[in-house]
Amino acid sequence: MSETLIKTLLDAPYVSGLGVEFDHRGDELTGCLPFRDDLVGNPLIPALHGGAVGAFLEIVATGSLIVAQPLDRLPKPIDIAIDYLRPARAADVFARAQVARSGRRVANVRVEAWQGRRGAPVATLHGHFLITPKRENSPA
Amino acid sequence: MTPERQKFLNDLASLLVDGSPHAVALGFKVDSVGEGDARMRLPYREDLVGDPETGVIHGGAVTALLDHVCGLAAFTGFGGEDAPATLDLRIDYMRPAEPGQDIIAEAVSLRSRGLVCFVRATAHDGNTDEPVALAQAAFMITNASKAAQERAQRALREGDLA
Repeated sequence: MSETLIKTLLDAPYVSGLGVEFDHRGDELTGCLPFRDDLVGNPLIPALHGGAVGAFLEIVATGSLIVAQPLDRLPKPIDIAIDYLRPARAADVFARAQVARSGRRVANVRVEAWQGRRGAPVATLHGHFLITPKRENSPA
Repeated sequence: MTPERQKFLNDLASLLVDGSPHAVALGFKVDSVGEGDARMRLPYREDLVGDPETGVIHGGAVTALLDHVCGLAAFTGFGGEDAPATLDLRIDYMRPAEPGQDIIAEAVSLRSRGLVCFVRATAHDGNTDEPVALAQAAFMITNASKAAQERAQRALREGDLA
């Protein structure tokens, strides 16, 4: 069940420590990174840490791969490219992913993060992940 | 480099790391900083683990470390006067980090002319020949980053960053 793997992902110390939440409906998933003071990278703007936003995008990519098809283990990142489009303000961040292709070994994902307005993304991620799909005849 | 210049860079680095709440939360440390290069460290912590089965630190924590060390190299690459904003960050995850080991990230600014700076970085857990991750990033001086820099300089003059 993808629910189990989603729970493994969200319960991982780093992910729960960051405070990531998922709104998961069927094969669709929206991530939320609720604002917290310790996510700020530069207190003078103040802007969220680019690394926190990048990590959040990576976690939403992972979660979206888990709900896209039954997997045995957590996907592992091969490479990622993050574009920072706007400074992420001191506010909640949301993200949704599009799985461009999820094959037998590798998946290609694009994620977009926004704050107030969906049409004004703050960052995007494009990445490849190693995946281990469940075999059709393996016990669920 | 003059001792005064090195002190300026050290102060700048500690401002950019100890003055960054997220860097403090993750436990980032500055090992060294030069003109357009920087070396930082992420001490291993159980609460940074991404996969409890293996105990390996989450890729996101490595991403944050690489983002920070690249930013530091870009900042000093620009001479330490203008705060650059990250345009993009590309990371190749070569292998999982060894559980229990610190992750060390080293960044070098390849070229900073005008408004743009290109940085390359490596993350490893002790052996530079076996990197955990490689990163490449581009930074730019923007209006927003210039405004933040002016506020920072004002805060520095007034001796108060809070």
